[in-house]
Amino acid sequence: MTRHHAADPNKRNEAIEPSSLVAHFGADEPLALESGESLGPWSIAYQAYGALNADKSNAILLCHALTGDQHVANINPVTGKSGWWETMVGPGKPFDTDRFFIICANVLGSCLGTTGPASLDPKTGKPYALHFPVVTIRDMVNAQAKLVDRLGIDTLFCVAGGSMGGMQVLEWAASHAGRVFSAMPIATAAKHTAQNIAFHEVGRQAVMADPDWHSGRYLEEGTRPEKGLAVARMAAHITYLSEQALHRKFGRNLQERAAPTFSFDADFEVESYLRYQGRSFVERFDANSYLFLTRAMDYFDLAKEHDGVLARAFKGSKTRFCIVSFTSDWLFPTSDSRAIVHALNAAGASVSFVEIETDKGHDAFLLDVPELFETTRGFIDSAARARGLAVPVRRADG
Amino acid sequence: MSPLELNADAAFARVDLLNLASMVEPGSRVLDVGCGDGSLLRLLAEKRSVDARGIELSQSGVNLCVAKGLSVIQGDADTDLVYYPDGSFDYVILSQTLQAMRQPRVVLEHMLRIGRRAIVAFPNFGHWKIRLQLLATGRMPVTKNLAYTWYETPNIHFCTINDFIALVDDMGAVIEQASALDRFGRPVEMSLPRAMWNLFGEQAVFVLSGK
Repeated sequence: MTRHHAADPNKRNEAIEPSSLVAHFGADEPLALESGESLGPWSIAYQAYGALNADKSNAILLCHALTGDQHVANINPVTGKSGWWETMVGPGKPFDTDRFFIICANVLGSCLGTTGPASLDPKTGKPYALHFPVVTIRDMVNAQAKLVDRLGIDTLFCVAGGSMGGMQVLEWAASHAGRVFSAMPIATAAKHTAQNIAFHEVGRQAVMADPDWHSGRYLEEGTRPEKGLAVARMAAHITYLSEQALHRKFGRNLQERAAPTFSFDADFEVESYLRYQGRSFVERFDANSYLFLTRAMDYFDLAKEHDGVLARAFKGSKTRFCIVSFTSDWLFPTSDSRAIVHALNAAGASVSFVEIETDKGHDAFLLDVPELFETTRGFIDSAARARGLAVPVRRADG
Repeated sequence: MSPLELNADAAFARVDLLNLASMVEPGSRVLDVGCGDGSLLRLLAEKRSVDARGIELSQSGVNLCVAKGLSVIQGDADTDLVYYPDGSFDYVILSQTLQAMRQPRVVLEHMLRIGRRAIVAFPNFGHWKIRLQLLATGRMPVTKNLAYTWYETPNIHFCTINDFIALVDDMGAVIEQASALDRFGRPVEMSLPRAMWNLFGEQAVFVLSGK
């Protein structure tokens, strides 16, 4: 991997010309950021599935994770692979596109069409790079709220998402409580822990140490910090799995060889797998976006916004919550979810909490985990009944 | 599995739940502590239009409840009741779970703090069959309803109806309503004087309120 080249010129630049719907906000509608800065003009790219009903009461907003995007349930235009939550979203699936109007927007600071560091700065005509303002989870949510306004939707039937998406769900429920009928934060936390900030810092330093990063100006230099970003992804990817899952998948198996080569080749299957993960990531993700989005997660501390008391973030909330965690998730362990549950109990909110037993680690929320599907179906159906939306008769509902 | 193994016919087991549900005012807010598979919560939501929430220790129980659309959290009554604010429910129900608590008195105190009323249903260890078994065999009683042997039972704090009344008095709580039930959850003969309940009630249900 000694290639030094810009993105494939034949490939569409999804950061600037996304294969998505886009809501544009002019210089007269700037986004006020938590840092005090103001961003404008700005755009938000999104995908929509299903149909909005007449009284606009069936809209679900899905929030994507750190390196996710708006392509939830369609072929991804960058990778050519299925959408990241096709197990959960589609006709007859837990988030049923036959019954709900489902929206997912690319987050602020990302690189799939919503304004981010790879977008062009109108002042210079060049990519923002590090001149992009540092954005927060709250800023991402405020940007989504402007999109929801633009779509003429007052109250979202549900806001759901995992990991960084779950942080957005919590922020929605706290700062736009009246607009969220039900909320499903999955495998997430109300604050990023020191350990998680530490992992992010390793990733950022790997990117910045790559000479091809050029202090963030790599797009103008015609290079990409592929090695740095790949290392960042490799380290992060380990945190998304679990020791049991790594052992089950790879153990100490050797990669297409009978014996160790006494070299630094990828002798072990697990090394080869991680190298592949790193390689495929750099082809689809912008390095500066990775820096900004990891920073946004680091800064997230919902209790801090409410005098250090998490329960105050949900005071008087009428939102119905369903919290989900996974037993083998050590990045956002069950104790993080339990802290949210305790705060919601203290606030007198309606809350369900399920810890699902799996060895798949943090990434379990993206995988085929039947208990997650059943939990989501049960929660969404009961919320739909409460909202006066039609619920199909289910065989298992007895 | 609930700490009290109900081997009774399912139709009769419902009587137990129906009896409990009838004590709850329609439209109230209820917390069911140790809600199992959510049968009581479901009954309360459907028949009494109650805002019903639950806590359940077992993973399988919680997942079953949430898949049914019930508001249930995975938690331990011994440690998690502390997170609920004062007076946040009209009723806090503890059905067939008191005897499995590590600290029954603390749990009861929390129930009275969190709810305006506490409803407690528990097996009566003073029932004549249990007394007779211990007397006759000299071994820990095992009955159809209390089917565990001493070394594997989750029921670590059995009490009799009289023990329970003494605890309530000691806590300074008020008994608003009480009944003794047979093993199917049907009230025992009304003509029986209350003093005899401790001998003839297989279970008891108390509605308590704070001072």
